[in-house]
Amino acid sequence: MTTPKITARNVSVYYGATRAIDDVSIDVTQDEVVAFIGPSGCGKSTFLRTLNRMNDTVPSARVEGEIYLDGEDIYAPSMDVVQLRARVGMVFQKPNPFPKSIYENVAYGPRIHGLTHAKGELDDIVEGSLRRAGLWDEVKDRLTDSGTALSGGQQQRLCIARAIAVDPEVILMDEPCSALDPIATAKIEELIHELKGRYAIVIVTHNMQQAARVSQRTAFFHLGHLVEFGATSDIFTNPRAERTKDYITGRYG
Amino acid sequence: MSGLSLVILVIGLALIGWLAGRMRAAAFRRGSTRRFSSQPVHHGWFVALWTVGPPLVFLAIWALTSPALVTDAVLANPAASQLPPPGFDRASILSEARSLAQGRSYGAFHELARTLAPVYAAAQSRFDWIASGIALLLAFAGGAFTFTRVGPGFAARTQVERVVMILLLTASLIAILTTMGIVASLLWEAGRFFRIVPAWEFLFGTHWSPQVISARDPGASLGAVPLFWGTFFIGAVIAMVVAIPFGLMSAIYLTQYARASTRRWIKPTLEMLAGVPTVVYGYFAALTVAPAVRQLGVSIGIADASSESALAAGLVMGIMIIPFVSSMADDSLSAVPAAMRDGSLAMGATSSETIRKVLVPAALPGVVGGVLLAVSRAIGETMIVVMAASGVATLTANPFASTTTVTKQIVDLLTGEAEFDSAKTLAAFALGLTLFVITLLLNIVALTVVKRYREAYE
Amino acid sequence: MNSALVPEAPTGNSEPDQRRPTDWTTGASRRRTRRRYAAERRFRLMGLAAVWLSVGFLAFLLMSMLWQGASGFVETRITLPIALQLDITPDRVVVRGADLALAGAGIEGAVDAAATAAYGAGGAELLSDGAWLHVRDAVEADPTLLNRRAMIDVSAAADIDVAAKGEGTPAAEAQVAKLAAAGALSRGFNLKFLTDADSTDSTRVGIWGAFKGSLMTMIVTLALAFPVGVFAALYLEEYAPKNRWTDLIEVSINNLAAVPSIIFGLLGLAVFLGTFHLPRSAPLVGGLTLALMTMPVIVIAGRNAIKGVPPSIRDAALAVGASPVQVVFHHVLPLALPGILTGTIIGMARALGETAPLLMIGMRAFIAAPPDRITDPATVLPVQIFLWSDEVNRGFVEKTSAAIIVLLLFLLAMNGFAIYLRNRFETRW
Repeated sequence: MTTPKITARNVSVYYGATRAIDDVSIDVTQDEVVAFIGPSGCGKSTFLRTLNRMNDTVPSARVEGEIYLDGEDIYAPSMDVVQLRARVGMVFQKPNPFPKSIYENVAYGPRIHGLTHAKGELDDIVEGSLRRAGLWDEVKDRLTDSGTALSGGQQQRLCIARAIAVDPEVILMDEPCSALDPIATAKIEELIHELKGRYAIVIVTHNMQQAARVSQRTAFFHLGHLVEFGATSDIFTNPRAERTKDYITGRYG
Repeated sequence: MSGLSLVILVIGLALIGWLAGRMRAAAFRRGSTRRFSSQPVHHGWFVALWTVGPPLVFLAIWALTSPALVTDAVLANPAASQLPPPGFDRASILSEARSLAQGRSYGAFHELARTLAPVYAAAQSRFDWIASGIALLLAFAGGAFTFTRVGPGFAARTQVERVVMILLLTASLIAILTTMGIVASLLWEAGRFFRIVPAWEFLFGTHWSPQVISARDPGASLGAVPLFWGTFFIGAVIAMVVAIPFGLMSAIYLTQYARASTRRWIKPTLEMLAGVPTVVYGYFAALTVAPAVRQLGVSIGIADASSESALAAGLVMGIMIIPFVSSMADDSLSAVPAAMRDGSLAMGATSSETIRKVLVPAALPGVVGGVLLAVSRAIGETMIVVMAASGVATLTANPFASTTTVTKQIVDLLTGEAEFDSAKTLAAFALGLTLFVITLLLNIVALTVVKRYREAYE
Repeated sequence: MNSALVPEAPTGNSEPDQRRPTDWTTGASRRRTRRRYAAERRFRLMGLAAVWLSVGFLAFLLMSMLWQGASGFVETRITLPIALQLDITPDRVVVRGADLALAGAGIEGAVDAAATAAYGAGGAELLSDGAWLHVRDAVEADPTLLNRRAMIDVSAAADIDVAAKGEGTPAAEAQVAKLAAAGALSRGFNLKFLTDADSTDSTRVGIWGAFKGSLMTMIVTLALAFPVGVFAALYLEEYAPKNRWTDLIEVSINNLAAVPSIIFGLLGLAVFLGTFHLPRSAPLVGGLTLALMTMPVIVIAGRNAIKGVPPSIRDAALAVGASPVQVVFHHVLPLALPGILTGTIIGMARALGETAPLLMIGMRAFIAAPPDRITDPATVLPVQIFLWSDEVNRGFVEKTSAAIIVLLLFLLAMNGFAIYLRNRFETRW
């Protein structure tokens, strides 16, 4: 196994006095897709948001333990959260394109981070990102249309294009298909397959089939605990923990 | 009989009706085991409402129509034949006679008014007696008729509730009546003005000096363009230059940066700025700000800096508008979904980049709507400009020069000693009409923009 | 450092773009990040500055009013040695009609004479026009003053008062210095300011007249706007069918809430004075005009409060057989009342501070006596402030600010009460 890209050690997250995540340790390598599964409220999304410090936006949230990106503690005072988020991109549950043109949505990241110096360069990034997100052919003639005018599935792919435009190292996906229809979902899953290898991908999903289809390793969360973490094939065919078995066989969830 | 005692008498009758109806209903219920649709109190209300309602409606209509009837009666009197033909003189003699007859004044300018006063008084008292008689008759008739209806099978509650519904409906119709009253009175008086001064001369003329109105060509000194410009300059330019940056930045700070505890006490404090009466702002502008602005103007080499400058009035108006802009911007920013902010932050944008490039553009329609409402409020604001702006209409873009506004001129025109029918006083209504139309349009546009914006995020 | 760890993108992608991952550690990248953080700090600071400047404006406004107005409650008094030689018996000054009797006996002239005797020619000029009233009141309180020599403190004239407070003309300053040297100057709380009405002499003005006018106007406004506003809100929220008429009512109300107040003044002038010939300057007309202005505010607040009552309460009442009218009057209205009252108080506070429409209906006349009926000519607090602010006499400056303090105190009390109501009765469903 290669060096882990992300390493989380004994991470606990509190919202005020409530503990939402209890002592979770996990690592994610560069060329794999890791899925987080578990019933609603099990803390999988909360944990995902600690990986690029989006929990900072919740005033009452507090994180304990260590999380390393390439061996660097992302909660260290010296860590620049702005650069961290450029390196660890995120795609949200509900597509959230900015109310700007398609082009501007994708160009937003490179612009704020100053990644380009010429208009042509930016055009290339926009095109490349849209191509990689599998959206180019659908929108190339209407790049100036508003991003919010696209269909739900297209919006979500636009959000993925937006995330990869800054060329992150990791992409976090928080139930990216839960608001989409099956056809759009299939397209996103296909896209995840293609992105795999270039970006480390962590995906939170409600849908166990989806986890089985897209991921190499799966983590099962329950009530804030990491119950089981292992190869996806093992989790689904031969779970070690009783709770995991109950969940994947549909006893609860 | 005076109006007030008559009303009290009618209400007294209604009270008797209420008690009587209640007692009668209670009587037939006693000893009965069946269930009634109405309680005694409903029967009481039923009788009372029919006692008090018709006479009051009659009196209200009477109050509107009787002055005309009284005047007709006076005009039919032989003494009235000496009256001049319809016009200003005739109206003022009649009005003097009226105040003499009602004891509101003791001397008259016109001799004829003194002769007509007793005629007036006689006609007035005759009509008053007629009105009292009819009102009391209606009260008795209504009360007696409904009293006989009180019985076990009578659904008094349904009847009472119907009256309540009519009352509620009437109350809401008053809003329409008020709007219609505003539109009608402004149109009527402005219409009279436009018969003296052509509308285009008023709307496009660039010379305004109502102190000297030539009788042959009143329109020549009643061109309102300088007023429109002054209003726009003070209310929509100077005030907004102050209010927009302060209001918007305050809203941004309070919604995006401030801790909840800070926000909890800063927000009401800012809103206090909006609660200060405008006359206080006006006094502040005239006493403190205007001299300071003049000093500033002189010190930067503008020798003719006025102590009634547009800048002083506009600055203070801007301060007054800050909380207004701030609370509209606050609402708009809060309406932007959190996902939008998260999306930008997750890209590695800083807070200020997120605010400037995502939140403010997303909230822009709401903010623009709020600014339009603020402009509408600023140009309709009166006391600050009455106290701090000048009465001299000049077409200038120099903020240190004196400028006047529509509202200031309305006040000036109507508080002189001029007679009510002159071009000067009527011009105030034409200005009022213009102001009303412009603020109405601004409000409609602003509310539509804001509404569409809210729907976009729902 | 991280770029070494990042493997090349797999070749499976048929992408034209094979950019290498961004290196965040270069100098240029660091400089850029520093710049971005500097911009962030600047922006945040601008926001903070905007908030503090806005609050600062408010503080400055209030402070300057307080500063200028505080002295308006204080009057300068001159000690006047006086031996009254009036043709009046002591028993007549303790019964009804003493005021007239003393005036008839020439007490005003006697006071002027005493001033001249004490402070030389022009001595009477040092005293306020109302100085003899002090003496009169003193005599009525203590009839023995009629027969003996006494020292009575009376109000100083306006220019002396102003000079004693440090803003006067050189001539007046000199006189003040002389009086002070003689130990004849003192200061006291200006009670007359709270009990008297308008006057042409700044030392004799009071706000009671305007205050009473405001009170009467507000009573008329409340009596009309509250029931009509609440009824309209109930109708629109509970019973109104969805049709064009209802839309028209809603549009009317929303627009009326945004119509400039001076337009309501024009309406009052044209309709109440012009058509119905109601008396000018009267609290009745002022109240009517302000009621039309306040009503939409109450309707809008009322509708929000009524909307806040959960539908389950209505269902529960309907289910036990209450009629729609009973549901509203027994359940919805009582629950919504705190919210409605809060809105009403805020609307009334706005009406209390309103000036422009009242100028239109003639409430700018000089009224030297408090009104007794709602049809008497009257003035109101904000208009009184406006009238005093126009006075040339320096003595009116502090009186204007003092009146503003009184007005602001009342507004603060009203708003405080509204906030109290909201916090006390606010129900979370």
